[in-house]
Amino acid sequence: MIFEKIQAIIVEELGKEPEEVKLTTNIQEELDADSLDLFQIINEIEDEFDVKIESEDGLATVQDLVSYVEKAQA
Amino acid sequence: MKQYGKICSTAMSLPEKIMTNNDLTKIFETSDEWIFSRTGIKQRRIAVTETTSSLCTEVARQLLQNEGITPLEIDFIIVATMSPDYNTPSVACQVQGNIQAFKAFAFDISAACSGFVYALSLAEKLISSGSYQKGIVIGGETLSKVLDWQDRSSAVLFGDGAAGVFIGADSTPSFLLENLQADGSRANALTSGYQRNNSPFFTEENKKSGHLKMDGRAIFDFAIRDVAANIAATLKMSDFHAAEIDYFLLHQANQRLIEKIAKKTKISREKFLTNMNKYGNTSAASIPILLHENVANGTLKIGMQQKVMLTGYGGGLTWGSILIKL
Repeated sequence: MIFEKIQAIIVEELGKEPEEVKLTTNIQEELDADSLDLFQIINEIEDEFDVKIESEDGLATVQDLVSYVEKAQA
Repeated sequence: MKQYGKICSTAMSLPEKIMTNNDLTKIFETSDEWIFSRTGIKQRRIAVTETTSSLCTEVARQLLQNEGITPLEIDFIIVATMSPDYNTPSVACQVQGNIQAFKAFAFDISAACSGFVYALSLAEKLISSGSYQKGIVIGGETLSKVLDWQDRSSAVLFGDGAAGVFIGADSTPSFLLENLQADGSRANALTSGYQRNNSPFFTEENKKSGHLKMDGRAIFDFAIRDVAANIAATLKMSDFHAAEIDYFLLHQANQRLIEKIAKKTKISREKFLTNMNKYGNTSAASIPILLHENVANGTLKIGMQQKVMLTGYGGGLTWGSILIKL
Protein backbone atom coordinates (compact mmCIF):
# COMPACT_ATOMS: atom_id res chain seq x y z
CA MET A 1 0.00 0.00 0.00
CA ILE A 2 2.83 2.39 0.89
CA PHE A 3 4.60 1.44 -2.34
CA GLU A 4 1.49 2.04 -4.46
CA LYS A 5 0.97 5.49 -2.96
CA ILE A 6 4.62 6.47 -3.41
CA GLN A 7 4.55 5.09 -6.93
CA ALA A 8 1.50 7.23 -7.69
CA ILE A 9 3.22 10.34 -6.30
CA ILE A 10 6.33 9.74 -8.43
CA VAL A 11 4.23 9.03 -11.53
CA GLU A 12 2.31 12.27 -10.97
CA GLU A 13 5.33 14.44 -10.17
CA LEU A 14 7.65 13.18 -12.90
CA GLY A 15 5.07 12.40 -15.58
CA LYS A 16 6.21 8.76 -15.82
CA GLU A 17 4.33 5.50 -16.45
CA PRO A 18 3.67 3.30 -13.38
CA GLU A 19 5.71 0.46 -14.97
CA GLU A 20 8.78 2.68 -14.89
CA VAL A 21 8.56 3.11 -11.12
CA LYS A 22 9.64 -0.10 -9.38
CA LEU A 23 11.00 -0.68 -5.88
CA THR A 24 14.54 -0.91 -7.22
CA THR A 25 14.29 2.21 -9.37
CA ASN A 26 16.84 4.92 -8.57
CA ILE A 27 14.79 8.10 -8.78
CA GLN A 28 17.46 10.59 -9.84
CA GLU A 29 19.53 8.28 -12.01
CA GLU A 30 16.84 6.20 -13.73
CA LEU A 31 13.93 8.61 -13.82
CA ASP A 32 15.98 11.67 -14.71
CA ALA A 33 14.76 13.58 -11.66
CA ASP A 34 16.77 16.54 -10.38
CA SER A 35 17.06 17.78 -6.81
CA LEU A 36 13.92 19.92 -7.08
CA ASP A 37 11.92 16.92 -8.33
CA LEU A 38 13.17 14.93 -5.35
CA PHE A 39 12.20 17.77 -2.96
CA GLN A 40 8.73 17.76 -4.44
CA ILE A 41 8.36 13.99 -4.17
CA ILE A 42 9.52 14.10 -0.54
CA ASN A 43 7.15 16.98 0.13
CA GLU A 44 4.19 15.02 -1.26
CA ILE A 45 5.18 11.91 0.71
CA GLU A 46 5.34 13.98 3.90
CA ASP A 47 1.81 15.25 3.28
CA GLU A 48 0.43 11.88 2.20
CA PHE A 49 1.77 9.87 5.16
CA ASP A 50 1.99 12.69 7.72
CA VAL A 51 5.70 12.02 8.32
CA LYS A 52 8.69 14.38 8.48
CA ILE A 53 11.65 13.57 6.26
CA GLU A 54 14.48 15.67 7.70
CA SER A 55 17.07 14.93 5.05
CA GLU A 56 17.03 13.56 1.55
CA ASP A 57 20.43 11.95 2.14
CA GLY A 58 20.30 8.20 1.62
CA LEU A 59 17.00 8.34 -0.23
CA ALA A 60 17.97 7.16 -3.70
CA THR A 61 15.61 4.36 -4.67
CA VAL A 62 11.86 3.90 -4.36
CA GLN A 63 12.62 1.19 -1.81
CA ASP A 64 14.52 3.75 0.31
CA LEU A 65 11.41 5.94 0.43
CA VAL A 66 9.09 3.03 1.21
CA SER A 67 11.39 1.82 4.03
CA TYR A 68 11.64 5.34 5.44
CA VAL A 69 7.86 5.70 5.62
CA GLU A 70 7.45 2.18 7.07
CA LYS A 71 9.95 3.00 9.84
CA ALA A 72 8.43 6.42 10.51
CA GLN A 73 4.99 4.89 10.87
CA ALA A 74 6.09 1.91 12.99
CA MET B 1 -13.49 62.77 2.70
CA LYS B 2 -11.92 59.37 3.25
CA GLN B 3 -9.03 58.67 0.89
CA TYR B 4 -7.25 55.49 -0.19
CA GLY B 5 -3.85 54.68 -1.64
CA LYS B 6 -3.61 53.89 -5.32
CA ILE B 7 -0.80 52.82 -7.64
CA CYS B 8 -0.60 55.61 -10.23
CA SER B 9 2.47 54.64 -12.28
CA THR B 10 5.50 52.35 -12.37
CA ALA B 11 9.18 52.63 -13.30
CA MET B 12 12.31 50.48 -13.32
CA SER B 13 16.07 50.77 -13.64
CA LEU B 14 18.47 47.94 -14.39
CA PRO B 15 22.26 47.66 -14.46
CA GLU B 16 23.67 47.75 -17.98
CA LYS B 17 25.73 44.56 -17.67
CA ILE B 18 23.94 41.40 -18.78
CA MET B 19 25.40 38.16 -17.48
CA THR B 20 24.19 35.03 -19.28
CA ASN B 21 24.31 31.46 -17.99
CA ASN B 22 27.15 30.89 -20.43
CA ASP B 23 29.10 33.73 -18.82
CA LEU B 24 28.75 31.88 -15.50
CA THR B 25 30.41 28.79 -16.97
CA LYS B 26 33.63 30.85 -17.11
CA ILE B 27 33.55 31.27 -13.31
CA PHE B 28 32.62 27.78 -12.14
CA GLU B 29 31.52 24.47 -13.57
CA THR B 30 27.89 24.76 -14.64
CA SER B 31 25.89 24.90 -17.86
CA ASP B 32 23.09 26.87 -19.41
CA GLU B 33 20.99 23.69 -19.57
CA TRP B 34 21.59 22.88 -15.87
CA ILE B 35 20.66 26.36 -14.69
CA PHE B 36 17.72 26.87 -17.04
CA SER B 37 16.10 23.47 -16.41
CA ARG B 38 16.20 23.98 -12.64
CA THR B 39 15.35 27.66 -12.42
CA GLY B 40 13.99 29.04 -15.70
CA ILE B 41 16.78 31.65 -15.60
CA LYS B 42 18.75 32.46 -18.79
CA GLN B 43 20.46 35.69 -17.78
CA ARG B 44 20.57 38.35 -15.08
CA ARG B 45 21.75 41.97 -14.73
CA ILE B 46 24.84 42.58 -12.62
CA ALA B 47 25.76 45.97 -11.18
CA VAL B 48 29.25 47.14 -12.17
CA THR B 49 29.11 50.89 -11.69
CA GLU B 50 25.53 51.04 -10.40
CA THR B 51 24.60 50.81 -6.72
CA THR B 52 21.32 50.08 -4.98
CA SER B 53 20.89 53.81 -4.34
CA SER B 54 21.75 54.84 -7.91
CA LEU B 55 19.26 52.35 -9.37
CA CYS B 56 16.56 53.44 -6.92
CA THR B 57 17.27 57.11 -7.62
CA GLU B 58 16.71 56.52 -11.33
CA VAL B 59 13.40 54.78 -10.55
CA ALA B 60 12.32 57.75 -8.42
CA ARG B 61 13.27 60.23 -11.17
CA GLN B 62 11.19 58.31 -13.70
CA LEU B 63 8.23 58.19 -11.32
CA LEU B 64 8.38 61.98 -10.88
CA GLN B 65 8.47 62.32 -14.65
CA ASN B 66 5.51 59.94 -15.06
CA GLU B 67 3.47 62.03 -12.67
CA GLY B 68 4.64 65.41 -13.89
CA ILE B 69 5.19 66.62 -10.34
CA THR B 70 8.03 68.37 -8.54
CA PRO B 71 10.16 66.55 -5.95
CA LEU B 72 8.88 68.78 -3.14
CA GLU B 73 5.38 67.34 -3.57
CA ILE B 74 6.52 63.90 -2.39
CA ASP B 75 5.43 63.08 1.19
CA PHE B 76 7.39 59.86 1.71
CA ILE B 77 9.87 57.48 0.11
CA ILE B 78 10.09 53.83 1.18
CA VAL B 79 12.74 51.49 -0.21
CA ALA B 80 12.57 47.74 0.34
CA THR B 81 16.05 46.23 0.15
CA MET B 82 18.33 43.61 1.66
CA SER B 83 21.39 45.01 -0.11
CA PRO B 84 21.58 48.71 0.77
CA ASP B 85 24.72 50.77 0.10
CA TYR B 86 25.04 51.40 3.87
CA ASN B 87 23.28 50.37 7.06
CA THR B 88 22.91 54.10 7.45
CA PRO B 89 22.03 56.29 5.61
CA SER B 90 19.07 54.36 4.27
CA VAL B 91 18.75 53.98 0.52
CA ALA B 92 15.49 55.93 0.81
CA CYS B 93 17.34 58.92 2.32
CA GLN B 94 19.98 58.73 -0.41
CA VAL B 95 17.20 58.79 -3.00
CA GLN B 96 15.48 61.67 -1.19
CA GLY B 97 18.71 63.68 -1.32
CA ASN B 98 19.48 62.76 -4.92
CA ILE B 99 16.08 63.85 -6.22
CA GLN B 100 15.86 66.71 -3.71
CA ALA B 101 12.51 65.63 -2.30
CA PHE B 102 13.23 67.53 0.89
CA LYS B 103 9.68 67.48 2.24
CA ALA B 104 9.55 63.67 2.20
CA PHE B 105 10.35 61.43 5.12
CA ALA B 106 12.30 58.40 3.99
CA PHE B 107 13.25 54.99 5.31
CA ASP B 108 14.13 51.44 4.20
CA ILE B 109 12.39 48.28 5.23
CA SER B 110 14.05 44.92 5.60
CA ALA B 111 11.82 42.03 4.57
CA ALA B 112 14.03 40.38 1.94
CA CYS B 113 12.09 39.18 -1.11
CA SER B 114 8.77 40.12 0.52
CA GLY B 115 10.00 43.68 1.01
CA PHE B 116 8.07 45.30 -1.80
CA VAL B 117 4.76 43.77 -0.73
CA TYR B 118 5.38 44.77 2.89
CA ALA B 119 6.37 48.30 1.80
CA LEU B 120 3.35 48.66 -0.46
CA SER B 121 1.05 47.63 2.38
CA LEU B 122 2.61 50.25 4.62
CA ALA B 123 2.49 52.97 1.96
CA GLU B 124 -1.19 52.39 1.33
CA LYS B 125 -1.87 52.79 5.08
CA LEU B 126 0.05 56.08 5.13
CA ILE B 127 -2.10 57.45 2.33
CA SER B 128 -5.38 56.06 3.63
CA SER B 129 -4.62 57.58 7.05
CA GLY B 130 -5.34 60.88 5.38
CA SER B 131 -2.04 62.39 6.54
CA TYR B 132 -0.15 62.00 3.26
CA GLN B 133 -0.98 62.34 -0.41
CA LYS B 134 1.97 61.21 -2.50
CA GLY B 135 4.54 58.50 -1.95
CA ILE B 136 7.23 56.53 -3.72
CA VAL B 137 7.73 52.82 -3.01
CA ILE B 138 10.77 51.08 -4.52
CA GLY B 139 12.24 47.59 -4.34
CA GLY B 140 15.95 47.76 -5.17
CA GLU B 141 18.83 45.31 -4.87
CA THR B 142 22.43 44.70 -5.81
CA LEU B 143 22.54 41.13 -4.55
CA SER B 144 25.65 40.43 -6.62
CA LYS B 145 27.67 42.02 -3.79
CA VAL B 146 26.46 39.55 -1.14
CA LEU B 147 26.76 36.42 -3.27
CA ASP B 148 29.49 33.87 -2.76
CA TRP B 149 30.79 33.73 -6.34
CA GLN B 150 32.45 30.38 -5.57
CA ASP B 151 29.12 28.79 -4.65
CA ARG B 152 27.51 27.76 -7.89
CA SER B 153 24.32 26.58 -6.17
CA SER B 154 23.40 30.11 -5.09
CA ALA B 155 25.38 32.45 -7.38
CA VAL B 156 23.41 31.36 -10.45
CA LEU B 157 20.07 32.34 -8.93
CA PHE B 158 20.26 36.06 -8.28
CA GLY B 159 20.44 39.35 -10.12
CA ASP B 160 20.42 43.11 -9.58
CA GLY B 161 17.82 45.75 -10.37
CA ALA B 162 15.25 48.17 -9.02
CA ALA B 163 11.68 49.17 -9.75
CA GLY B 164 8.89 50.94 -8.00
CA VAL B 165 5.54 52.64 -8.00
CA PHE B 166 4.11 56.06 -7.34
CA ILE B 167 1.29 55.94 -4.80
CA GLY B 168 -1.31 58.64 -4.77
CA ALA B 169 -4.70 59.25 -3.12
CA ASP B 170 -8.04 58.24 -4.55
CA SER B 171 -11.62 58.36 -3.30
CA THR B 172 -12.27 54.65 -3.80
CA PRO B 173 -10.23 51.73 -2.43
CA SER B 174 -8.01 49.86 -4.88
CA PHE B 175 -6.17 47.79 -2.27
CA LEU B 176 -8.84 45.17 -1.60
CA LEU B 177 -7.16 42.80 0.81
CA GLU B 178 -3.83 41.74 2.21
CA ASN B 179 -2.42 38.79 4.08
CA LEU B 180 1.14 39.35 5.36
CA GLN B 181 2.98 36.71 7.37
CA ALA B 182 6.35 35.95 8.97
CA ASP B 183 8.01 33.05 10.77
CA GLY B 184 11.25 33.89 12.56
CA SER B 185 11.68 30.31 13.77
CA ARG B 186 12.88 29.48 10.25
CA ALA B 187 15.23 32.48 10.05
CA ASN B 188 18.28 30.34 9.31
CA ALA B 189 16.82 28.97 6.08
CA LEU B 190 17.99 32.12 4.26
CA THR B 191 20.59 34.49 5.64
CA SER B 192 22.70 37.30 4.23
CA GLY B 193 24.95 40.04 5.55
CA TYR B 194 25.84 38.45 8.89
CA GLN B 195 27.86 40.89 11.02
CA ARG B 196 29.90 39.60 13.93
CA ASN B 197 30.81 41.53 17.05
CA ASN B 198 33.89 43.66 16.59
CA SER B 199 34.53 45.42 19.90
CA PRO B 200 37.89 45.30 21.76
CA PHE B 201 36.26 42.79 24.14
CA PHE B 202 35.43 40.36 21.39
CA THR B 203 38.08 37.71 20.91
CA GLU B 204 36.26 34.66 19.65
CA GLU B 205 37.25 33.65 16.16
CA ASN B 206 34.03 33.57 14.17
CA LYS B 207 34.33 32.33 10.63
CA LYS B 208 30.67 32.76 9.74
CA SER B 209 30.56 34.64 6.45
CA GLY B 210 28.25 37.42 5.41
CA HIS B 211 27.46 35.82 2.07
CA LEU B 212 23.94 34.96 1.12
CA LYS B 213 23.19 31.40 2.23
CA MET B 214 20.11 29.40 1.46
CA ASP B 215 18.83 26.02 2.57
CA GLY B 216 17.39 24.96 -0.77
CA ARG B 217 15.03 22.30 0.47
CA ALA B 218 13.68 24.38 3.38
CA ILE B 219 12.98 27.29 1.03
CA PHE B 220 11.42 25.00 -1.55
CA ASP B 221 9.13 23.53 1.13
CA PHE B 222 8.29 27.02 2.37
CA ALA B 223 7.39 28.24 -1.10
CA ILE B 224 5.18 25.39 -2.13
CA ARG B 225 3.52 24.89 1.25
CA ASP B 226 3.25 28.26 2.98
CA VAL B 227 3.18 30.55 -0.03
CA ALA B 228 0.63 28.39 -1.86
CA ALA B 229 -1.47 28.31 1.33
CA ASN B 230 -1.21 32.09 1.66
CA ILE B 231 -2.45 32.62 -1.90
CA ALA B 232 -5.33 30.18 -1.37
CA ALA B 233 -6.25 31.80 1.96
CA THR B 234 -6.11 35.32 0.50
CA LEU B 235 -8.41 34.25 -2.32
CA LYS B 236 -10.80 32.69 0.16
CA MET B 237 -10.84 35.84 2.29
CA SER B 238 -11.61 37.87 -0.83
CA ASP B 239 -14.66 35.88 -1.95
CA PHE B 240 -13.22 35.97 -5.47
CA HIS B 241 -12.73 32.80 -7.42
CA ALA B 242 -9.23 32.42 -8.90
CA ALA B 243 -10.77 32.81 -12.36
CA GLU B 244 -11.87 36.33 -11.43
CA ILE B 245 -8.29 37.44 -10.70
CA ASP B 246 -6.65 38.71 -13.88
CA TYR B 247 -3.04 38.02 -12.94
CA PHE B 248 -0.86 36.72 -10.14
CA LEU B 249 2.51 38.46 -9.79
CA LEU B 250 4.69 36.30 -7.58
CA HIS B 251 8.22 37.00 -6.45
CA GLN B 252 10.40 35.72 -9.29
CA ALA B 253 12.62 33.19 -7.54
CA ASN B 254 12.33 30.15 -9.74
CA GLN B 255 10.11 29.08 -12.64
CA ARG B 256 9.71 25.59 -11.21
CA LEU B 257 8.38 26.98 -7.92
CA ILE B 258 5.77 28.98 -9.81
CA GLU B 259 4.70 25.84 -11.72
CA LYS B 260 4.33 23.95 -8.42
CA ILE B 261 2.47 26.79 -6.71
CA ALA B 262 0.07 27.02 -9.68
CA LYS B 263 -0.54 23.30 -9.50
CA LYS B 264 -0.97 23.31 -5.74
CA THR B 265 -3.41 26.22 -5.73
CA LYS B 266 -5.20 24.87 -8.84
CA ILE B 267 -4.87 28.27 -10.48
CA SER B 268 -4.35 28.35 -14.24
CA ARG B 269 -0.61 28.65 -15.00
CA GLU B 270 -1.35 31.32 -17.63
CA LYS B 271 -2.43 33.71 -14.89
CA PHE B 272 1.08 33.76 -13.40
CA LEU B 273 3.26 36.35 -15.11
CA THR B 274 6.99 35.58 -15.16
CA ASN B 275 10.25 37.19 -16.28
CA MET B 276 12.94 35.50 -14.19
CA ASN B 277 14.39 34.17 -17.46
CA LYS B 278 15.78 37.69 -18.03
CA TYR B 279 16.58 38.89 -14.53
CA GLY B 280 16.99 35.95 -12.14
CA ASN B 281 15.88 36.46 -8.56
CA THR B 282 16.13 40.18 -7.79
CA SER B 283 14.63 39.84 -4.28
CA ALA B 284 12.60 42.93 -3.32
CA ALA B 285 12.88 44.28 -6.88
CA SER B 286 11.34 41.27 -8.62
CA ILE B 287 7.64 42.09 -8.17
CA PRO B 288 7.89 45.78 -9.16
CA ILE B 289 10.10 44.86 -12.16
CA LEU B 290 7.45 42.34 -13.25
CA LEU B 291 4.70 44.88 -12.61
CA HIS B 292 6.47 47.61 -14.56
CA GLU B 293 7.28 45.37 -17.54
CA ASN B 294 3.68 44.26 -17.82
CA VAL B 295 2.36 47.80 -17.52
CA ALA B 296 4.84 48.86 -20.21
CA ASN B 297 3.84 46.03 -22.57
CA GLY B 298 0.11 46.63 -22.05
CA THR B 299 -0.70 43.34 -20.29
CA LEU B 300 -1.59 45.35 -17.20
CA LYS B 301 -3.48 48.62 -17.53
CA ILE B 302 -3.48 51.03 -14.63
CA GLY B 303 -6.96 52.49 -14.11
CA MET B 304 -8.75 49.61 -15.84
CA GLN B 305 -9.68 47.85 -12.58
CA GLN B 306 -7.82 44.63 -13.38
CA LYS B 307 -7.62 42.45 -10.30
CA VAL B 308 -4.04 41.52 -9.55
CA MET B 309 -2.51 39.61 -6.65
CA LEU B 310 1.07 40.48 -5.64
CA THR B 311 2.78 37.79 -3.57
CA GLY B 312 6.23 38.06 -2.05
CA TYR B 313 8.15 35.41 -0.14
CA GLY B 314 11.67 35.17 1.19
CA GLY B 315 14.11 35.50 4.05
CA GLY B 316 12.86 36.09 7.55
CA LEU B 317 10.99 34.03 6.73
CA THR B 318 8.50 36.56 5.40
CA TRP B 319 5.68 36.16 2.94
CA GLY B 320 2.42 37.77 2.00
CA SER B 321 -0.09 38.74 -0.65
CA ILE B 322 -1.88 41.93 -1.55
CA LEU B 323 -4.94 41.93 -3.79
CA ILE B 324 -5.36 45.15 -5.73
CA LYS B 325 -7.63 46.61 -8.36
CA LEU B 326 -5.11 48.21 -10.63
